[in-house]
Amino acid sequence: MATVALKDLVKTFDKTEVLHGINLEIEDGEFVVFVGPSGCGKSTTLRMLAGLEEVTSGEIHIGDMMVNHLEPKERNIAMVFQNYAIYPHMSVRKNIGFGLRTAKMSKQDKEKRIDEVAEILSMSELLDRRPSQLSGGQRQRVAIGRAMVRDPQVFLFDEPLSNLDAQLRTQMRLEIKKLHQRVGTTIIFVTHDQVEAMTLADRIVIMKDGYIQQVGTPTEVYQNPANLFVAQFIGAPSMNMLEGRLTNEGIVLDAGFTIPVRPKVAPQGMTIGIRPSELTPAKEGEAALMEGSVSVVEPLGSETLIYVDVGSTEIVATVPGRTLPELGSRVRLNTPKEEIHFFDTKTGQALK
Amino acid sequence: MSIQTQTATSVSEPQISFFARIRWGRMFAHAALLFLVILWSFPTVGLLVSSLRDKDQLTVSGWWTALVVTERNELARLPLADSQVEEDGRFVIRGEIFEPGSGRSIKSFGTKSSELAAALPGETLSMRDAGEITVNRDGSYEWVSGEAFTHTRGPRIFFIAEIPPRFTLENYVEVLDSSGIGRSFVNSFTVTVPATIIPILIAAFAAYALAWMKFSGRGLLVAVVVGMLVVPLQMSLIPLLRMYNGIASWTGGESKTYLGIWLAHTGFGLPLAIYLLRNYMAGLPREIMESARIDGASHFKIFTTMVLPLSFPALASFAIFQFLWVWNDLLVATVFLGNTEKTLVLTGRLRELLGSRGDNWEILTSGAFISIIVPLIVFFSLQRYFVRGLLAGSVK
Repeated sequence: MATVALKDLVKTFDKTEVLHGINLEIEDGEFVVFVGPSGCGKSTTLRMLAGLEEVTSGEIHIGDMMVNHLEPKERNIAMVFQNYAIYPHMSVRKNIGFGLRTAKMSKQDKEKRIDEVAEILSMSELLDRRPSQLSGGQRQRVAIGRAMVRDPQVFLFDEPLSNLDAQLRTQMRLEIKKLHQRVGTTIIFVTHDQVEAMTLADRIVIMKDGYIQQVGTPTEVYQNPANLFVAQFIGAPSMNMLEGRLTNEGIVLDAGFTIPVRPKVAPQGMTIGIRPSELTPAKEGEAALMEGSVSVVEPLGSETLIYVDVGSTEIVATVPGRTLPELGSRVRLNTPKEEIHFFDTKTGQALK
Repeated sequence: MSIQTQTATSVSEPQISFFARIRWGRMFAHAALLFLVILWSFPTVGLLVSSLRDKDQLTVSGWWTALVVTERNELARLPLADSQVEEDGRFVIRGEIFEPGSGRSIKSFGTKSSELAAALPGETLSMRDAGEITVNRDGSYEWVSGEAFTHTRGPRIFFIAEIPPRFTLENYVEVLDSSGIGRSFVNSFTVTVPATIIPILIAAFAAYALAWMKFSGRGLLVAVVVGMLVVPLQMSLIPLLRMYNGIASWTGGESKTYLGIWLAHTGFGLPLAIYLLRNYMAGLPREIMESARIDGASHFKIFTTMVLPLSFPALASFAIFQFLWVWNDLLVATVFLGNTEKTLVLTGRLRELLGSRGDNWEILTSGAFISIIVPLIVFFSLQRYFVRGLLAGSVK
């Protein structure tokens, strides 16, 4: 177990800079998830941590050691890849034991260790199988077992669940979380799926175009997004964004209504964001924030998504599952004032 | 929060006419395949059958008649008068036309070369010297006369012999034993096996380096290797020989040795080997190498434990290529090994036999079959690696 620190980490491929100075401190035993759209540099960061990519400039510390120039094996890390990277010509036992090959342990101890790991991952009965005889979930478990067996300081996961089907993904997600709670090793996990990030992470690192956008607990990034990108990336369905400008009455939105509140610092061009789940139908006789006609209804069972045309803007709202408004009917929506997020349209930064 | 949909899949298949169901493209592919199979196997079978036939039959009829009884016009000379015996006042000469156990039989016989069908077996003809002769189907004859035989020159008897098909390994015994094919067979092996293994060993290492190790000039090196693929062998043959002989005379070695031909074949085989193996290895999943690296494996360890086992299909297919090419090679062997009795390879021996014993079909056919049996064994024992997907199960 160890802390991990990235200092001014820069990576260039040929002449293109893909990471522009990443700074991050990860605590001992923390579960950190890097999330962002493809090409944002999250996988590159992970591969640099693993020692698979050269560091262009900056420093990587694992524990109290600078590891920039160490070989992957000297960093005492383990990595799980998206497509498992199982050695296809070896049995599961040999796959898991491969990392122990160089370890200074007696043969019995190695076997014992393999059995322990298999026990934890509940696949003792699969040890003598070949990878081709395993299902996707079992293969990923082998890959995790191979990482666990060496008892590394840090686990690195590179989109390990992306190749699994939806149901299995949910299940493995839970297992990885339990695994972390049991072994307590520092885990750095890369994904493009914000649901994975929210459910797994102690802290989420949201990246875009080689910059860190925000670092925070799932609650923080959900409730206080640092900018427009984070606000839209985290949470499904995405936050409703409405552009407008500041006047004496409040913020006049292009959608055609006015919000009577304003942040302390208020530039001229502003964008407000409201999460669909915070929009509720206004009660009879109550003043509504906005009003529009329903254009699409998406029932999801426990809740229903309704798309409402407010002026020229389409707004998504989540309403209880049993409420199925008719297409074209008028709905009036309200939201608590504290659930309105303000952003500077020009810079995209959040305003308090 | 997923929406489950159910679709009915119990729609029965509509009846389609037979002709509409035939996939013509596939039919054509199958027909072409069948044609190729026949084109290849027909001469091979002919060669095999010919090589197993009796050498006398081989010269008079084609291999497709191998199972049919053949007829041949023959003659036999009867013994002289001193073999006569006297029985009940008559003089008799008895004997056999065919060697015992030959299985041949008489279809008809006569006393003149123009009258081969004068009498059927069991019938009797009168002889010009004296008396009458009876020839039986099995070739036994009885020549009977009232007076003692006095002839000093055995008269001839003409007959049509029916020869049953005969298969034998005599040709092989002869060819291996006396024609020097056996010796050349060993020579060919001595050339081929190291000339297959050495380039694979070198190429596998080179291919790994060119595929997975980062160093400057790697791309250029690959380009050079590809460029060498198109250098014709004939162009470099003599310069190479001169170079080798120069080194040999400088170091005090001999000029025409097995070592020389191994090196020559290695050199000629390497570009293709490196190219083929590099492309295969470069296609192996990167994650496997990276994962092994994180697990603490060095390049050498990754090569031996991951890349080599996973590249087995490519190694096998190149081994087949190289083995067949070296086994069938005549040119390089002639130039680098010479034509001495001690070092002559199978192809060289066959060429020599073609000149010196071009009429002895039984030797040529059995010799030729010996030379193709090894490539056949090599191919059939390794061909499954062409089709085997060893990678199944490594990545999704």
